[in-house]
Amino acid sequence: MIVPLVTGASFAFWMLMPVMILGALGTILARKPVHSALSLAAVMVSLAVQYAAQQAPFLFAVQIIVYTGAILMLFLFVMMIVGVDTSESLVETIKGQRVLAILAALGFFILLIFAVGNALVGRPTGLAQANNANGGNVQGLAALIFGRYVVAFEATSALLITAALGAMVLAHRERTRKKKTQAELVTERLRKYAETGAHPGALPPPGVYARHNAVDTPALLANGEIAEVSVSSTLRQRGSVQNPADLIAPTKQTVQAIAPDRAENPATAVASYVPHPATPARGIQPELEPGESEEEN
Amino acid sequence: MTPLEVTQATGLFSLSWLLIAIPGVIAALLLVAGKVSNPWGHILATLAPIASFVLALLLFLQLLGRGVGDRSVNLKLYDWIAVGNWHIEAGLQIDQLSIIFALLITSVGSLIHIYSIGYMAHDPNRRRFFAYLNLFIAAMLLLVLANNYFALFVGWEGVGLASYLLIGFWQDRPTAATAAKKAFVVNRVGDLGMSVGIAFMLYLFGSVQFSDVNAGAANMTFTQATILGLLLLLGACGKSAQVPLQSWLLDAMEGPTPVSALIHAATMVTAGVYLIVRSHAIFAQTETAALVVSIIGTVTLLAGAWIGCSKDDIKKVLAGSTMSQIGYMMLAAGIGPAGYAFAIFHLVNHGFFKANMFLGAGSVMHATDDDVNMRHYGALRKALPITFVTFGMGYLAIIGFPFLSGYFSKDHIVEAAFDRSWILGVLALIGAGVTAFYMTRLMIMTWFGRDRYADGVHPHESPLIMTVPLILLAIGSVFAGLLLNDWIGGWLDPAVGGQSGHSGIFDFSLIGGITLPVVAIGVVIAILIFGRGRQIPVEQPASRSPFTLAGRNDLYGDAINEAVFMRPGIGLVEGVTKTDTGGVDGAILGVSGIIAGVGARLRRWQSGFVRSYALTMIAGAFLVGIVVVLGRLA
Amino acid sequence: MDPQAYIVMSAILFSIALLGVMIRRNVLIVFMCIELMLNASNLALVTFSRMHGSLDGQIAAFFVMVVAAAEVVVGLAIIVTIYRTRRSASVDDANLLKF
Repeated sequence: MIVPLVTGASFAFWMLMPVMILGALGTILARKPVHSALSLAAVMVSLAVQYAAQQAPFLFAVQIIVYTGAILMLFLFVMMIVGVDTSESLVETIKGQRVLAILAALGFFILLIFAVGNALVGRPTGLAQANNANGGNVQGLAALIFGRYVVAFEATSALLITAALGAMVLAHRERTRKKKTQAELVTERLRKYAETGAHPGALPPPGVYARHNAVDTPALLANGEIAEVSVSSTLRQRGSVQNPADLIAPTKQTVQAIAPDRAENPATAVASYVPHPATPARGIQPELEPGESEEEN
Repeated sequence: MTPLEVTQATGLFSLSWLLIAIPGVIAALLLVAGKVSNPWGHILATLAPIASFVLALLLFLQLLGRGVGDRSVNLKLYDWIAVGNWHIEAGLQIDQLSIIFALLITSVGSLIHIYSIGYMAHDPNRRRFFAYLNLFIAAMLLLVLANNYFALFVGWEGVGLASYLLIGFWQDRPTAATAAKKAFVVNRVGDLGMSVGIAFMLYLFGSVQFSDVNAGAANMTFTQATILGLLLLLGACGKSAQVPLQSWLLDAMEGPTPVSALIHAATMVTAGVYLIVRSHAIFAQTETAALVVSIIGTVTLLAGAWIGCSKDDIKKVLAGSTMSQIGYMMLAAGIGPAGYAFAIFHLVNHGFFKANMFLGAGSVMHATDDDVNMRHYGALRKALPITFVTFGMGYLAIIGFPFLSGYFSKDHIVEAAFDRSWILGVLALIGAGVTAFYMTRLMIMTWFGRDRYADGVHPHESPLIMTVPLILLAIGSVFAGLLLNDWIGGWLDPAVGGQSGHSGIFDFSLIGGITLPVVAIGVVIAILIFGRGRQIPVEQPASRSPFTLAGRNDLYGDAINEAVFMRPGIGLVEGVTKTDTGGVDGAILGVSGIIAGVGARLRRWQSGFVRSYALTMIAGAFLVGIVVVLGRLA
Repeated sequence: MDPQAYIVMSAILFSIALLGVMIRRNVLIVFMCIELMLNASNLALVTFSRMHGSLDGQIAAFFVMVVAAAEVVVGLAIIVTIYRTRRSASVDDANLLKF
């Protein structure tokens, strides 16, 4: 058998090695957890490739599906709950922790190289025979899982169920108040309207413009002013709301451009009509929906 | 000596546990029922010893009908303790010795119960008193009927408890409370010997049953027998108020007089004698221990008589006399096979005449507003004729007037003492003379001469319920000796391994001939000193005589205890406390201080920061790994 | 391909993750570092599997993944619960258990 100078496996390894190391460093060094998670995803996918290169196609798939797909997604979900922008301060609070940690990690690394590397002697046997014995890698693993390791496998099922139950118990929150019915919500909303004048209906949706229809585009009222409530207050506070003047500028120009034609046709022209081409398409609809804000409490 | 054949109980004997159960259950009933039983409690309690007496009498008659070899009946009740090779059963042994005791206890006990109905009539706690009396009867019967030393010890402690409760019955009196406590503490010293002795028996024989101990005693070495004998003697000394544990008995007179009569004269204090006689097989192996028993008996005999001579309190005179008479019994018990039967004989006689005299003293106190000082009596024979006559019978019995009970039993003991050693004999003889002296003094001061009681006191005879027991006991004191003299030796000897020999009523020996004049001299001296024409001061005259002072102070028993045991004990405790606080505590606190200091510093590591813990963990794993790798390389 | 390279890679990843556990305070990142450690050991297992020509190593890696999944579920639930009560995602803030 001819041993090629550069095999596919070694190519994959040497190509992905820097990716993995950088990804791992990124995981532990990124200030924002989202960046960490993404770096980790890169490492995991690279690891999946290494599995594939080492005759473990089943683990290759599982690694991508379970780890990268499921577990990391779970991390990202939790990150959204816990606060995606909770970046921590880089100042170390425990005295000497950082230096000692680096020393310990380095020492442990050397120890691992010594201890585990010691176990590697000689050429690898390769898995061709083991994989082929049952007609493939997946079949071989299945034979082991449902044969020799069936008890452990069944135990893991119990473990997973317990974990799921545990997570449900931990995440469960007791409802301290009775859930409001729709009738109560309507009554409450109308009472608020009667007392403070707050509008009982749904908030206006963002505006729809010729070139924009995103959540950061405020709607215009019938008198040409901006409907402040049509844009999320978060965006308003951040100041990342589109300037409505810019939004309507192209329409204005067009209207002005065609204005002379209109003037010539008095039948269609309305004297007092100030061109507001972007009239609120749906405006304020008296359609009653259960308010989202109350629902959450 | 061959151990006795023990037959199993059948018929009436299998009911003998009722002897103990009846008073025991009634005591519990009265104590539990409380005030509800106040109106009828004393009647019920009085019926209990009477019922036991009837049963005991029936058993006695059955025993009489049996052959000599069949008279020891064993009743196994249940397996009590089974530990390893030790099987201790709870059982009763009805034999010649125990039935005599059972009869004495139940008969004297019944009479004293009846007497107490009258004596305690005005006491608000009469029911409690009777409950305690029944408890005592039950415990005492268990003591004498048990077939092993364990059950005996339960009874032994039971009578101690009853004694404690009854001495301190009037617990509102500080003196009574203190006296009860004193009796309890001194008895514990004796119990120590007793319990160590029982443990030693278990070690030697693997059993505490009388039959096994008697059988195994022959195989003991001299040293073992001596140790065991002395341990049992210590127990006996505590219970029977023998020197050096005698100090509690005089104070025990703080209890109601029927208690003094029943517990501290007739029955409980003789338990020590019973113990020695019951353990005859052990003392048969050790000349030394037996001699010590005799010596202790003789010393107590003289000490009690001495105290009796110098006290003015009628009950304390009688208490001293009790000590002295028990000393006689111990002396006899120590003499060995020749003396066992005489010890028990004297014990029975003493039970009658001393109970009689104590109850008589109670009757006198009843008449004189609970005054116990003889200097405040005088000429009471006219006011209390029945009590005077019965008391006189007791007096004649104790000094050994011919053909009354004391005459037989005491003479036998004096004779046996002379056979053993002339020193013991002479001392016993002197004791007899002194007994005559102080009892005559008591008689004269109480019954004769000029009346010296206070103005407001009007002596009167006691009611019938008190005088009838007195009469019965007086009859017992007079005739017990005549009845038993010829018979008791032959009856008891098989049970106690005795060789007392038979003695007829009119057997006169040289010793007997000497005793009578000695007694007469004692009486005459007393009459000369206290008799007609002599003024007895109402106040105790100051005395310079060291003999008188010593007697008045109970021979300095308390002072000796205090000087020899209490003060060194306190010193020891103080020393030990100092060593404990300074040395032991110091060392322990020092070590704990060091540990606490180290801990205070180490706990800084417990920062609550998971990351620090992770660092520590990894560093530790690293070190372990290094060690492993180096171990491989080395 | 020489298995030693994979083992060294595994050791590197493991040590980096170890460092991350020790120096990061954000509980999510610490948790991700733990996952990275598990992955690193999986790589070693797969390598040994090939080295010795036996599928048992892969089975072990498979079980590690299953257990990791369970662990992540519970661990994240704990993190969410802690965050809900303490409004903090820092491991240093959860330090009540101390002297």
